[in-house]
Amino acid sequence: MRHLMSPLDFSVEELDRLLDLANDIEKHPDKYSHVCAGKKLATCFYEPSTRTRLSFEAAMLNLGGSVLGFSDAGSSSAAKGESVSDTIRVISCYADICAIRHPKEGAALVASQKSLIPVINAGDGGHQHPTQTLTDLLTIRSLKGRLSDLTIGLCGDLKFGRTVHSLINALIRYENVRFVLISPEELRIPSYIRDDVLRAHQIEFKEVERLEDAMTGLDVLYMTRVQRERFFNEEEYIRLKDFYILTKAKMELAKPDMLVLHPLPRVNEISVEVDEDPRAAYFKQAQYGVYVRMALILTLLGIHAE
Amino acid sequence: MLNISGINEGFVLDHIQAGMSLRIYYDLKLDEMDCQVAIIKNARSSKMGKKDIIKVECPIEALDLDILGFIDHDITVNVIKGEKIVEKKVLTLPKQVTNVIKCKNPRCITSVEQELDQIFVLTDEEKEVYRCKYCEEKYRNPNRRK
Repeated sequence: MRHLMSPLDFSVEELDRLLDLANDIEKHPDKYSHVCAGKKLATCFYEPSTRTRLSFEAAMLNLGGSVLGFSDAGSSSAAKGESVSDTIRVISCYADICAIRHPKEGAALVASQKSLIPVINAGDGGHQHPTQTLTDLLTIRSLKGRLSDLTIGLCGDLKFGRTVHSLINALIRYENVRFVLISPEELRIPSYIRDDVLRAHQIEFKEVERLEDAMTGLDVLYMTRVQRERFFNEEEYIRLKDFYILTKAKMELAKPDMLVLHPLPRVNEISVEVDEDPRAAYFKQAQYGVYVRMALILTLLGIHAE
Repeated sequence: MLNISGINEGFVLDHIQAGMSLRIYYDLKLDEMDCQVAIIKNARSSKMGKKDIIKVECPIEALDLDILGFIDHDITVNVIKGEKIVEKKVLTLPKQVTNVIKCKNPRCITSVEQELDQIFVLTDEEKEVYRCKYCEEKYRNPNRRK
């Protein structure tokens, strides 16, 4: 039985097949609309995450399956002190596949060890969120036509942003991918990514402080939120905060086919005026998130559409 | 020179870093075993300046050498039978250690699911890095000699 704990659980070939399937689902949704009839997805969310949970539920409903679950620990048996190990053993009796989100790192792995059904890690604290990475890869591949030969700008909180770390780990498996890391000094990429991943694999990258200095050469700009509380002092925040707001004026510096991605939710780091720009792909990204979760459910359940 | 009588069957753990013998005594659970143990502290060593030595009189299958490899794989393990050294064991870093060290990451699932084994996996043999199986928190052996 297969589970998904980390974006690197799939080989590049397996990932290609998964993304191909997601693209086929996008093109022929009717073909897949009943393939999971009679199957149930349990969404076990020990902390609220409306977007991710609804994306999983939409994916299963689009496949003709049903969903059940809970959306915060307070309304589950965890409030009574039940362990993740015990909960998943019970859920295994009720559903055919489970997506679990938990604030503790490694919780999904614990669940997978005791589960009788495939488990998908839907986020375990600051550790992994593999379906976000699969979403990002599908969006880039679908809209750029490739995952190799790309210059990817990663902007914002690169220190604590787990989506950024996962995306780097996933993209270095492709040929000729370069990174421009755009962040304030306080939020630079941690050394375990800079040294152990980028330098260790001889990946070309540069680090800059201002978004304007990076825009011109990028094929993809991946924005993340810079939170005020991450700064050590208020003056630094005030000095830098506008550098990390993407505006129409900054978009004029970019290539005509550059993509703007964002894991969402956005606060103010992308100005709403950018939404109308055809290069703004962050809402399409949310749609690709559903397709990739549909492909993942089918793959883990071993279901093939006729 | 301090003299300690020879042992019939057991181990002599030599070239232990000075001061480390008591930790090894407890990690090998020698305190729980009904056997003769001699701990020699700060013995003179031409190679190390000073070193600790532990002599244990016990059946030779009684010790978990994986734990010893994890604590310090440069320790020399002499296996004794009939008062003679019959083998010098080479210690290697174990691929995984269970319930030897605890994950210190407060966000790790092991901090709340108490019955879970504390499992650390060797992820970088050269740098001797172990990571928690669940949250991947790094543990670097403080006894590393390099």
